Amino acid sequence: MIDLLLGAGPLAALFKVAVVLGVLMTVVGNMVLVERKVAGWMQDRVGPNRAGPWGLLQPLADGIKFIFKEEIVPQAANKAIYIMAPILALTAALTTFAVVPFSDRLVVLGREVAPIIADLDIGILWIFAVASLGVYGIVLAGWSSNSKYAMMGGLRSSAQMISYELSMSLSVVGILMVTGSLRLADIAGHQADTVWNIVAQPIGFLVFMTAAFAETNRLPFDLAEAEPELVAGYHTEYSSMKFLLFYMAEYAHIILASSLMVLLFCGGWHLPFVDGMLATTSPGFAGLIHLGIFCLKVSFFLFLYIWVRWTLPRFRYDQLMRLGWKVMLPLALLNVAWTAALILWGIA
Amino acid sequence: MSARELVFWADAIVAVMSAGVVVLHRNAVVCALALVMNLCSIAVFFLLLDAAFLFAVQVILYAGAIMVLFLFVVMLLDPEGQGLAGRVGRIQLTLTVAGASLLLVGMARALPSAVADTGILPEGFGGVAGVGRLLFTDYLFPFELASILLLVAMIGAIHMGKKEVER
Repeated sequence: MIDLLLGAGPLAALFKVAVVLGVLMTVVGNMVLVERKVAGWMQDRVGPNRAGPWGLLQPLADGIKFIFKEEIVPQAANKAIYIMAPILALTAALTTFAVVPFSDRLVVLGREVAPIIADLDIGILWIFAVASLGVYGIVLAGWSSNSKYAMMGGLRSSAQMISYELSMSLSVVGILMVTGSLRLADIAGHQADTVWNIVAQPIGFLVFMTAAFAETNRLPFDLAEAEPELVAGYHTEYSSMKFLLFYMAEYAHIILASSLMVLLFCGGWHLPFVDGMLATTSPGFAGLIHLGIFCLKVSFFLFLYIWVRWTLPRFRYDQLMRLGWKVMLPLALLNVAWTAALILWGIA
Repeated sequence: MSARELVFWADAIVAVMSAGVVVLHRNAVVCALALVMNLCSIAVFFLLLDAAFLFAVQVILYAGAIMVLFLFVVMLLDPEGQGLAGRVGRIQLTLTVAGASLLLVGMARALPSAVADTGILPEGFGGVAGVGRLLFTDYLFPFELASILLLVAMIGAIHMGKKEVER
């Protein structure tokens, strides 16, 4: 039984998917609680504290509430596409995690287990490809609801995502040139041997982080769901579980963006001095420590997301577009050209 | 039948059917979505040829970027989802049949030689290095020419859009 689950067969792959999805869903649920708690502290409030000790059962209560809410499908909606949109959004967000490595190697019950679901050679491209399909979830939700607010939200977000997708992919090109591989594990490993990419390519990191905030539709770039002008944007007409799917997709995207920032720019599961100390311990123990370091780093970026959300005001739409096309895109191109020049001169 | 063949035939059916929906469906948004599906199924063909890089690029560029813009325009022009005009005129029908037969003849001529060529794929087919080398050597001129053409079209569109606003 254990051999079946931890081996290399299809059952083992399914088991790994189940574990990763389980952890992911738990983090998504608790992110909502952390977000509300941190928001509360930042505004000198207590935050949710009724369900369980310190409000720890709040995610569970929220989940149950969503399931029992009434499902409303607008009469004028295009029903098939209306139902498909949230499914598409969450599926795209979760599928990207197939190529995210969590540690360098894991040993479970004496067996070597690859800490990744599918070790594709095109890792980072797979993420960009699937994430680019996630835009459809938002666009179609806006269109199929047949409501002007949802429509405006959908249009805004599609324009925003296309604009920032470009700078996001370009900001990674510099790293790919230096590393010479598209696999995320290789990129993290390369940083352990040299310096972290956040030091080597600060411009790339700045552009990537900004684009990541825009791609996840978070403040200061959450124009797709700007409450004062658009009610709730593309998901205005959604209720119950369908709304929850959009909500989970948003948080899954945030976790993905945080993992990518850690893997691409902040050394993945490596810490400067810890690697040397772990060299003498057993590989199983080192793997666990690496997993812990990775989770800690991701948690920091998750916190950064919340921190920024409750600190910065929202951009205006024309400001967002100007920033994307006239600042971020040239900066990303500059980073590519500069990295290429350094490689040509033999410095990088 | 091997698993690869099974995937191929399933994907082939999806590709042909989604292409049919693109042409035949009356709702423009559904047509655009069917085209997305068609482009994705073609990406799977690349995967079957062990060209994972081409698969990713096909999905990112066509399904992820270009089709979102298509959908964007369709939604702006046709937000009510009324679809295209209902009736098919005689001229459209004649032109469609003529165009389709021309395409059929062209395919009938081109396909036999293409099928005969499929023996063994060249080393590194569809990889990052292979595509990059072709792009910067054999296809450098056509590639740059196409990008200038697109740039010209873009400048033209911006110019015409500006004029409209000033009036």
